[in-house]
Amino acid sequence: MTFWTRAMPDPSPLPLDPILTVRNMSVGFPSLSGTIPAVRDVSFSVGREKIGIIGESGSGKSTTGRAIMRLQPPGAIVKADALRFEEIDLLKVSEKDMLSIRGRRMAMILQDPKYSLNPVMTVGEQIGETVMLHEKVSRRVARERTLGMLERVQIRDPRRVFDLYPHEVSGGMGQRIMISMMLIASPSLIIADEPTSALDVTVRQQVLSILDDLVTERDIGLIFISHDLNLVRSFCDRVIIMYAGRIVETIAAADLNHAKHPYTQGLLNALPSLDHPRDRLDVLARDPAWLEG
Amino acid sequence: MTLRSGTFQNLHDWLIREDFTSNRQARLHKAYVGWLNLVGNPLALLGFMVIVLLVAIATLAPVLTIHDPIAQDLSMALKAPSALHWFGTDEFGRDVYARLAYGARTTLYISILVTLIVAPIGFIIGATAGYIGGWVDTVLMRITDIFLSFPSLVLALAFSAALGPGIENAVIAIALTIWPPIARLARAETLTFRKADFVVAAELQGAGMARILFRHIVPLCAPSIVVRLTLNMSSIILTAAGLGFLGLGAQPPMPEWGAMAASGRQYLLDAWWLTTIPGIAILVVSLAFNLLGDGLRDILDPRNA
Amino acid sequence: MSMITVDHLAVSYGHPNRPTRVVDDVSFDVGANETFGLIGESGCGKSTILGALAGRNKQWTGRITIDGQMIGAKRSHEQLALQQMVFQDPFGSLHPRHTIGRILLEPLEIHGINDRQNRVETVLRDVGLPVNFRYRFPHQLSGGQRQRVAIARALILKPRILLLDEPTSALDVSIQAEILNLLKDLRKRENLTYILVSHDMAVVAHLCDRVAVMQNGIFVETVTKKQIIDGTVTHSYTKVLMDGSRGYVPKTPIATYRSPVDIAG
Repeated sequence: MTFWTRAMPDPSPLPLDPILTVRNMSVGFPSLSGTIPAVRDVSFSVGREKIGIIGESGSGKSTTGRAIMRLQPPGAIVKADALRFEEIDLLKVSEKDMLSIRGRRMAMILQDPKYSLNPVMTVGEQIGETVMLHEKVSRRVARERTLGMLERVQIRDPRRVFDLYPHEVSGGMGQRIMISMMLIASPSLIIADEPTSALDVTVRQQVLSILDDLVTERDIGLIFISHDLNLVRSFCDRVIIMYAGRIVETIAAADLNHAKHPYTQGLLNALPSLDHPRDRLDVLARDPAWLEG
Repeated sequence: MTLRSGTFQNLHDWLIREDFTSNRQARLHKAYVGWLNLVGNPLALLGFMVIVLLVAIATLAPVLTIHDPIAQDLSMALKAPSALHWFGTDEFGRDVYARLAYGARTTLYISILVTLIVAPIGFIIGATAGYIGGWVDTVLMRITDIFLSFPSLVLALAFSAALGPGIENAVIAIALTIWPPIARLARAETLTFRKADFVVAAELQGAGMARILFRHIVPLCAPSIVVRLTLNMSSIILTAAGLGFLGLGAQPPMPEWGAMAASGRQYLLDAWWLTTIPGIAILVVSLAFNLLGDGLRDILDPRNA
Repeated sequence: MSMITVDHLAVSYGHPNRPTRVVDDVSFDVGANETFGLIGESGCGKSTILGALAGRNKQWTGRITIDGQMIGAKRSHEQLALQQMVFQDPFGSLHPRHTIGRILLEPLEIHGINDRQNRVETVLRDVGLPVNFRYRFPHQLSGGQRQRVAIARALILKPRILLLDEPTSALDVSIQAEILNLLKDLRKRENLTYILVSHDMAVVAHLCDRVAVMQNGIFVETVTKKQIIDGTVTHSYTKVLMDGSRGYVPKTPIATYRSPVDIAG
């Protein structure tokens, strides 16, 4: 098993003050025919910036995000030379300590907020609980603070939304509620896994701008996992491109057009574009050599 | 990994390959993968083997026994198990082992017949209700509810009392108590797939209701119905035994496990084998069907397909 | 001559006493060999129109004419074969327990068409799949391959019209390109008429000649491909959808933000 140990230099310039450092992380799933690698030797670091992870289905982008949160599926094997979040070594920290890190210092937004919210508590109660936990205030103060938070994420009628259950809110509203909980907990790293893929264009725009404000205002790090090239390039500062579990390229979002790796170029050319219409789209010819980085 | 060599390895490789070259290979592949799953589940395999053994005993009963299950020999009455009579003799001097072996035929006859009656009836009623919906659904499901609201043994008792004792009537009585849960299951499954894109696609191509139910819904409902029927086998066997025990099922001198246990009751203290042996047989077979049913639930789960 | 004419189409759902209007008085026509797009956000009624055209929704009012024939609530087999639908989710649109061959034979059996084996092989080749895929099950195929099978199933009855309901939105970018190319080729080769429903302006502009922009059950604007490319659309909502397809637009442009530039260059 050589791929676990083979080191790969981190091609991207390191942020000066990294919140998260990942060095040679691999994630594998044991199966009858040996370990199936899902993520292979990825190295990157996240500073106070918006970093996008782009890849097609099966590229390992979501697995990477989950492994950082230590939320990998049971049975998965995570190995890394270093996995450091602020002063914490994520490779050594106990599951009990992890519980207090998740949500408070490192938060996650998933595609469907319904799975992240407690289905039998109203939205307001859940946010209120976070407020009481963090600010040690009375229930009444927590309610006021919660209503304020809902307003901050541009929910027009916070009093009505307060008493709704998660299944009663729309996708865009759910994502705003998730973000409002982050406003309270104030994590220093947010991992957003396809947070807007299920949303309509106009709602997506609003949710992203709230998220954008949150990241800028609190000066924190955001890992934005998505399959949408146009979205990532316009929203993020840096982009990591993953293919078959490997990072093939890390590049500033503004320089994406000058991407060097043929896979990144192929993805860009496969995209239909309003600004550069073509009769036929280029089809990505996959080179087996990409599998080896 | 089991060690295979030569031809077997080639056959194995051919069967697990997924780039099929014929429909036959695709079907055999599915069967073989199912078999591998069954082998990988020891409890289900155990249940399966017990049932295979039961079928073998039932078919080979005349070969496996030397005594006549019906001929009486009062001089040999109530003999304890011995080399000649492995499970002893009953109050009429009949060999319990022979009666047990021939009784397996009765048990299988009842359970297979009930299943053959119940599966299509339950499916058609449930799937029709689920597919059409509206008032058809309401009417069919309320009828189902009426049948469901009676305890099954009481219902079976009432029907077989009304129809008169006898094994065919017992089959009808049991079938009447078994179909409602199948219908409910078929309805629930049909509702799940009713709006699926592949069903809509078939409708948009002009497929009629019968075609959709039998070509599209049956293959999807079949696994859960088969599991349900397998799990029901034990309750069919127990109800049949119960009816036999109460004198409403198989009539003497026909060998039937429930009736055997019932008639041995009077001699319980002196001749324990008369009730115990058929009792154990009922227990083992019911358990086997339950184990197999549980295993099939894992193996046939459409979400694994 | 127009292949599809829709006059004052309205569709309502729900209780007869409190019906919800999903599509409200929509009229359009689509010429033969044209690709007409319907774009809008979820719930705008675009899929409902497609459903009414396909025969999936039956409670509509108005007038639909397909290939010169008026369409009623009940259609003949010939009328059903005129238009076929391709669904969004390639995992949900194929029967999980039928082989690909079985899936493709099904429409032929329904319509009592002979020469079945030949037609299955031809249509598999047409959509760029190996012929021996007919023995496989859907779960052995990738998303893109499944969508090709779904297109093959729609084509096997030799329809004049394909109704495409978000055919690429569940696919990866590179696979989407393959399917969009395939759809373009097929339209040319088989002389097909398409109606494409999508939420992605770039996809619609790539494939369609004309596009109707929908919001709350009505057409707010019908624009041509040229108008989209030139940016000469008039309605603000159309512009919102176009911006959305380009990516994220910050409320207040900040220094680091550059307007999206062309991707090929």
